[in-house]
Amino acid sequence: MKLKLTPRTVPLLVTVLLFVLMFAVGSWRYEGFFAPQVFLNLFIDNAFLLVVGVGMTFVILSGGIDLSVGSVIALTTMVTASLVEHHQWSIWAVILLVLLMGSALGLLMGVLIQVFRLQPFIVTLGGMFLARGLCYLISIDAITITEASYSVISQHHIVLWADNFISWNVVIALVVVALAIYLAHYSAFGRNVYAIGGNERSAVLMGLPVARTKILVYTLSGFCSALAGVVFSFYMLSGYGLHAQGMELDAIAAVVIGGTLLSGGVGYVFGTVFGVLILGLIQTLIMFDGTLSSWWTKIAIGLLLCGFCLLQRLLEPRAGQGASRWRGLRRKRAKQAAPSGNGRFVGVDG
Amino acid sequence: MAATASQPLLETCGLGKSFPGVRALHQVDFRLLPGEIHVVMGQNGAGKSTLIKLLTGVYTPDSGEIKLSGQTIHPTSPEAAQALGISTVYQEVNLCPNLSVAENIFIGRLPRRWGRIDWAEAERLATRELAELNLHIDVSKPLADYPVAVQQMVAIARAMAREAQILILDEPTSSLDAGEVKQLFDAMRCLKEKGVAILFVTHFLDQVYAVADRITVLRNGERVGEYPVAELGRRELVSRMVGRDIAEQSTAAARADLCGQAAGAAFLSARGLGRHGAVRPLDLELRAGEVLGLSGLLGSGRTETARLLFGVDSPDCGELSLAEGGTRFRSPRDAIEAGLGYCPEDRKTEGIIAELTLRENIVLALQAKRGLFRFLSMRRQLALAQHYIELLGIKTPSTEKPIGQLSGGNQQKALLARWLATEPRMLILDEPTRGIDVAAKQEIMQQVLVLCGKGLAILFISSETEEVVRVSHRIAVLRDRAKAGELAGEEIDEQAVLRLIVGAEA
Amino acid sequence: MRHTLLDKLAQWGRHPLCWPVLTLVALLLLNWAFNPQFLHLEIRNGRLYGSLVDILNRAAPLMLVALGMTLVIATRGIDISVGATVAISGAVAAMLIGGTLVIQDGQPVYVAKVPMLLALLAAVGAATLCGLWNGLLVAGVGMQPIIATLILMVAGRGIAQLLSNGQIITIYYQPFFFVGNGYLLGLPFPLYIVAAVFGLLLWLTRRTALGLFIQAVGLNPVASRFAGLNARAILLCVYAFCGLLAGIAGLIVCSNVKSADGNNAGLLLELDAILAVTLGGTSLAGGRFSLVGSLLGALIIQSLTYAIYSTGVPPEVNLVIKAAVVFAVCLLQSETLRRWVFQPRLKGEEA
Repeated sequence: MKLKLTPRTVPLLVTVLLFVLMFAVGSWRYEGFFAPQVFLNLFIDNAFLLVVGVGMTFVILSGGIDLSVGSVIALTTMVTASLVEHHQWSIWAVILLVLLMGSALGLLMGVLIQVFRLQPFIVTLGGMFLARGLCYLISIDAITITEASYSVISQHHIVLWADNFISWNVVIALVVVALAIYLAHYSAFGRNVYAIGGNERSAVLMGLPVARTKILVYTLSGFCSALAGVVFSFYMLSGYGLHAQGMELDAIAAVVIGGTLLSGGVGYVFGTVFGVLILGLIQTLIMFDGTLSSWWTKIAIGLLLCGFCLLQRLLEPRAGQGASRWRGLRRKRAKQAAPSGNGRFVGVDG
Repeated sequence: MAATASQPLLETCGLGKSFPGVRALHQVDFRLLPGEIHVVMGQNGAGKSTLIKLLTGVYTPDSGEIKLSGQTIHPTSPEAAQALGISTVYQEVNLCPNLSVAENIFIGRLPRRWGRIDWAEAERLATRELAELNLHIDVSKPLADYPVAVQQMVAIARAMAREAQILILDEPTSSLDAGEVKQLFDAMRCLKEKGVAILFVTHFLDQVYAVADRITVLRNGERVGEYPVAELGRRELVSRMVGRDIAEQSTAAARADLCGQAAGAAFLSARGLGRHGAVRPLDLELRAGEVLGLSGLLGSGRTETARLLFGVDSPDCGELSLAEGGTRFRSPRDAIEAGLGYCPEDRKTEGIIAELTLRENIVLALQAKRGLFRFLSMRRQLALAQHYIELLGIKTPSTEKPIGQLSGGNQQKALLARWLATEPRMLILDEPTRGIDVAAKQEIMQQVLVLCGKGLAILFISSETEEVVRVSHRIAVLRDRAKAGELAGEEIDEQAVLRLIVGAEA
Repeated sequence: MRHTLLDKLAQWGRHPLCWPVLTLVALLLLNWAFNPQFLHLEIRNGRLYGSLVDILNRAAPLMLVALGMTLVIATRGIDISVGATVAISGAVAAMLIGGTLVIQDGQPVYVAKVPMLLALLAAVGAATLCGLWNGLLVAGVGMQPIIATLILMVAGRGIAQLLSNGQIITIYYQPFFFVGNGYLLGLPFPLYIVAAVFGLLLWLTRRTALGLFIQAVGLNPVASRFAGLNARAILLCVYAFCGLLAGIAGLIVCSNVKSADGNNAGLLLELDAILAVTLGGTSLAGGRFSLVGSLLGALIIQSLTYAIYSTGVPPEVNLVIKAAVVFAVCLLQSETLRRWVFQPRLKGEEA
C-alpha cells in the first residue's frame, strides 16, 4: 500500500497524529502514563473491539452498516458461559459452535439484505433485537465462567520483554487484523468489497459476484462479532445479556475515526486499528485522570465521531474532482482535435 | 436487405420481450457480423435498450433465441455474457470511481502471485491496454480523478482486456466532445480491424455516417430493416425511425423566419460574471422575446454558466443585473422569484422527481414560489396539470401517473410545464432535446419559438450546433470555460459557430 | 355480485392502511382471547378505565416520537437519537423541577425549584435544540442521517448523565405528574397531547404544501432545490420538530415514572419508533408517508407488548418477537418476495 497525502489518506493521518498527540499529553500530565505496558494495555483492553471493528470495516467499505454486532457479542458470551458452566461442554467445541452461530446469523442477515433488497440498517436492527432477546431466553442473570482451562487462557500473560506482557486475546486480535489486511488489499474478495462500496450497480455490470460478496461481508461481520464475543468472554469471564451494550456504536466510531468513508469504497483496515486505539486511549486518559466521570467517555466519543464526520465532508468535494488536471487535459486534446475538426460537427451542413 | 457471405457472429431469431402493459420487443431478427460496426437506431422506446439487455443477459427473452457463432446461448447475467465474449460499455460509465484505473480494468481477474494480487503487474498490463487505445495516463490514480471521456476509454479497455469478441457500445458518445469522439472512433476502427464485432447505439446521425458499416432500424419494438450505410440516406433513415416522412428542415430556411422578428428590451445582463474552476468572467445579455443560443463543446462551461445565472452556484466575480433593478441570486429561489426558470441538463437527477405524479411535478415550482401556506387546492392543481398536458401535448394516461414512468420527451415537456406554470419571464433550457426521440425534439424546438414569440427571454443550450443555429437570434460561443465570441443576425451559420468553437488556430 | 365483492376486497387489500389495520385487529382479538375482560371499558370516578385505554395511554410517547419520525423518514432520513433526546428532556425537567413537599400553615404545599411551565419549556426547548443540531448536521453539513443522529445517540446519553450527575433524579412535585398521569374529561391527558400534535400535523401536511415539499425533498433533494424549494430549511424544520416531539414524549415518560434516568429513559425507543413507522406502511426509502399508519404502528407495538405480558410469556421474549416482526414487515415490503409469491414466472427480472 502506498500512503500518499491525498484526500483519502488525510483522515487516517489525522488519526495517527491525534493518537500520538493524545499519548504525549497523557504522558506529560499523568505519572506512569508513559510506559510500554500502558500502550500494551490498550490492546489487551480493546482486543474485542479490534476484532469487531475489523468486521465492521468490511461492512462499511461495502456501503452497508451492521448494528447487530454488540448483541451478537452478548449472545456469544451467554451461549459460551451457559454451555461451559451448565452443560460442561469442552471449550473448543463451544468456541467452534459459537463461531458457527455468529457466522450463521450474519449469513441470515446478509441473505435478507441482498436477496430481498432490504436496507442493511433495518435488517441488522432486527438482528440486534433477536440476539439480545435470545440472550434473555438463556438466562436473565449473568453467568460467571469458572471453568479451569478457560480461566487459564484468560489470565495467561505472554511476556514480551521485561515485565511487559500481552494476553492471548491480543494475539487473536492481531492475527485477525493481519488476515483482514491481506483480505482487504490483496484478495479478490476484498477488492470486490471496495468495488461494491464504490458503485454497486457498476460492480454488477462489471460481472463481479456482488450478491455473494455482500452476503459474505455480513457473514464475515457475524463471524468477527462471534470471535469478539469469545475474546470478550475471555476478558470478562462471564456471560451476560447486557454485555457489550452500545458496542456497535464504538465499532462504527472506530472505523470512521480510522478514516473509512461512511459512504463506502474508501478506507484501510489499518486505520481501524488506530481508531480502536484512540477510543481505548480516551478511556485510559479518563481513568488516569480519576476526577472525570465515565459518561465523559460517551461525550468524547460522540465529539470525535462528529469531528471525523465533518472532516470527511470537508475533504469530500476535493476527493473526486481533479478539476485543474481535467481542464489541462481537455485543452490539450481540444487543440489536437481542432485542426481535423472531426467528429460530431463534421458534415452537419453537408 | 443486404445478403452477406460471412457467417454472423451474433444472431437473434424472433426475439421477443414483454413487460406488464408494454411489448418492448417483438419478433426481432438481428445479425452482427465479425469485424463490422453495426449501428442500431430507433426512437426512444423503440426497443434498443431492451435488445441490448437481452443480449447481455440482464433480461431473459420471452420468445426467440440468441445464437453466438451458430450456437444457441442463454446468457443469464452480464457476467455470463462477458464469459461468452459479449462486453458492454454504457452511456453512464459503469466503473467504480473509488478504485484505481488499473483495478477498474482488471477487477474480477486481477493478476496474482504467491496467492496475492500482484499490483505492479496489474498496473503494467493496464498501461499497455490503454496505450493500445492511445491513452497515456497514470493508472494507479483513482478513476474519479479523470474526466468522463477517459473513464469511457477505460471501460472499453476493460472490455478488450477480457478478449471480447463482441463489443456493445450503448450511447457512449453522449457526453464526449468532438475530439474525444474522434479518439473513440479511432479506437473502434482499430478493434474492427482485429475482427471484433461492434454494436453501436447512438442518437447522432453524423456519427452513424462517420463510422458505421450497417444499420438496423427498430421502431415500436419491431425491426424495420437492416441496411448497409451506403444504401440508406439520412432522410430515409429518419423517416424509417419515425415511421413517417419528416423533411430534414434546412437550417437556412428555418432561420429566415427568425430574422424578421425584432428583439425586445434587455431582461437580464451579466457583466464579468465568473466563478473559479467553472467559467471565466463573461458578459451576456438576455432580451425579452429573443432566443440566445449558448454553444460550445462539452465541458466548455455551458452548464456552469447556466448555473451561475440561475443562482445554483454563486459567482465569485462580476455582477448580474435585472433590467428593472435587482442583484445577484443567492439561490434558485431568488432566481425564480425574479421570473427565471431552468430546465437542467441532467433531467433525471436535477429535473423530475420520478416517484411523484405528473401533477405534483408540474405544480412544484409554482407551489414553491407561493410558499408553504398559500396552498394550491387540488382542483387548481388538476386544472393546471390538465391545461399543460393539452397545451404541450404530454402523452399520459392520467395526471396521477408517476412521472418516472413517462418517456423522456414527455418528462421534458412536463418540466417545461413546471416552469410555464410559474409564468416566467426567462427560461434557461439546458440540452432540452437530449435523449428524447426525433418527434419530441421537433415539438420542443417548436415550443421554444412559440414561447419566444410570447415575449420570454430564452437561453438555449445544446451540444448540437444545428439546433442552436436553427432557433437562436444570437449565439454566444464558449471555449475552454470562457466566452469565445458572439454572433447575431446574418453572421449566424453553422460554419461560423464551429470556427468559434474550434478557436483561432484552426 | 360475487365478482364485485371480490373486486371491492381486492381494492381494500391494496389500500396502504389495510395491513396495519388488520394486524392491529388481529392483535386485539388475540388479547381478547387470552383475557375476556380485555375489551371491557368502565367509568370510575368520571374516568374511563380499561385495557384499551391503557394501551392508548401507554403508547402515547411512542406515538409522538413515531409521528416525528414519520416526517424524518419521509425526507429519506432517520433519527436514531430520539431515545437520547427523551433522556435529555427528562433530565432537564427533573433537574429544574426537583420539588419538595413543604408544610405551610398546616397545609402541604408542593414547591418546585423553577416554575413548572418554565421548566417544561426548557426541557422541550433542549430537545428541540437536539433536533436542530441533527438537522444542522444533515441539512447544513450534508452528513448521512444515520451517522449524524448516531453522534447524538452516543453523546446524548452522556449529556443526560452529565445533567443528572449520573444518578436517577426523583421528582416530588405533584402538579408535574399530571402531564403523564392526569385525566381530563375522563380520558388520560397524554391522549390529548397526541391528538393535538396529530391534528396539527394532519393540517400541516394536507392543507399546506408541507406534505408535497417533504416528499419532494425526500425523493430528490437536488431537483427540489432546482424547483425553488428550500430543502435545507425543510430538513432543518423536520428534524427540529422530531426533536420537539421526542422532548414532549420525554416529559410524559419522566412524569409517568416520577423520575429521570439518563441511562434508561427512552432506551431503544428509536427502534420502536422506526418499527412503528415501517409497520404503518411508510417506506424507509422516503417519499410517500402515512401519519395514521404510524399511529397504528405504535398501537400495534403497544398491543403486542400488552399481549406478551398478559399471556404470561416472560417479558424478555418481547425482543425476540419484535425482531420477528421487523423481519416479517420488511419481507412483506420486499419487492423480491412479492414477485416470488405472486409472479413465480417472472422470477429474476428487474424491469
